[in-house]
Amino acid sequence: MIDMVKEKIEALFKEKKIAGFLGLREQNGQVAPHLFMEGQALEGMCLGDRKIAGDARYPLNKILVTLARQYPEETFGILARGCDERGLYGLFRLNQLDPDKVIAVGIACPGDLALACECKKPFPEALVAGEKIQAGDSIKAGRETLAAMDTLDLDKRFSFWKNQFSKCVKCYGCRDICPMCFCRECSLECEDLVSKGDLPVDIPVFHLTRAMHMADRCVDCGLCDEACPADIPLRLLYKKTAQIMDIEFGFTSGINKDERSPLSMMGPAPKKVAK
Amino acid sequence: MDYQNILTTCTYCGCGCNFFLEVLDGKLVGTIPCKTSPVNEGKLCIKGWNVHQFVQSENRLTHPMIRKNGVLEKVSWDEAFDYTASRLSEIKAEKGSDAIGFLTSAKVTNEENYLLQKFARAGVGTNNIDHCARL
Ligand code: SF4
Ligand code: SF4
Ligand code: SF4
Repeated sequence: MIDMVKEKIEALFKEKKIAGFLGLREQNGQVAPHLFMEGQALEGMCLGDRKIAGDARYPLNKILVTLARQYPEETFGILARGCDERGLYGLFRLNQLDPDKVIAVGIACPGDLALACECKKPFPEALVAGEKIQAGDSIKAGRETLAAMDTLDLDKRFSFWKNQFSKCVKCYGCRDICPMCFCRECSLECEDLVSKGDLPVDIPVFHLTRAMHMADRCVDCGLCDEACPADIPLRLLYKKTAQIMDIEFGFTSGINKDERSPLSMMGPAPKKVAK
Repeated sequence: MDYQNILTTCTYCGCGCNFFLEVLDGKLVGTIPCKTSPVNEGKLCIKGWNVHQFVQSENRLTHPMIRKNGVLEKVSWDEAFDYTASRLSEIKAEKGSDAIGFLTSAKVTNEENYLLQKFARAGVGTNNIDHCARL
């Protein structure tokens, strides 16, 4: 699989299509994000599968936003799984990246990873290596998890989340790792909403503010979940928000390249899309 | 264009979390927790997440300084050492060793911390020594 990825990248360099390729590399015994430059060997390049598939993924899109802000004229190649491509589509829509300046080199995720992620689309359109797995099973698993939560009555559900939120150490890691969080001024640092410098965190304002802001952005990559030192099931919370967006507006963040968010349209609410 | 991720260990406390410092064209622009580190497994506390900010902070001391007539002034290392040594000796002679205390740091090495406690206990003769990682 990695050979096909490397071949593609070498071709992109040869055709002078990219200034650099953002991927992953084994370095000092760890997996690290790395910007490969032309003429540099692709030695050490890896795909972020250590002990199990996808266990060493990084927010490459977030790094790309940093690079693109500094070098807006350059085109970059980037390693992309399904969720990363959903993230790219989202960042195009939100004017954080220029679609003409990004070339995704896509890899498909295996079935066990798709199931663990309850993934809606475990492969990118720009597929270069790996086999497409249809998302039927993982979508079904996601629906079942949410349905199980919904069987709890409102009081129980609220106390479940209150207990979860009370574990928060307010590290802001969920925001800092998120490839879809790019605001220069963050509401979670607005002192009218969230108190500064003390614990416990404002419950439920902190986490629900973030969930609201993620409603039309979150591409369900799970990086926040993996970065949370308190093991709060953040991804589950955002999956619920995404489900509401889907039911109410027929919108799923990052699924279509030319999508528009119902939350940024003026006028009457878009018609519900029959499923 | 030069973008690099430098693997290093957090200086804030003794846990030893690993992260990458993101360096873009010679400037630190961010911190990324190391996913494959067995110590922190891709997680950090709020101090670790913001570690890149203090390195380039304009508030960092770059010279020894002594407060003279209420105003901090830049001085040479020699002057700073002489002043510190003579004032410590004076205080010890006047009020005893326990009138002196030392604060050390998690941002220095184990060996430097060892040296300072040795200096406090064997040199000055006090157990008054503590550190910022008690936060
Ligand atoms: S969310 Fe989907 S695309 Fe992303 S790692 Fe999981 S299975 Fe792969
Ligand atoms: S899953 Fe988490 S990290 Fe990924 S886009 Fe959604 S909120 Fe951001
Ligand atoms: S990553 Fe977890 S502990 Fe840190 S702020 Fe987010 S929810 Fe709280």
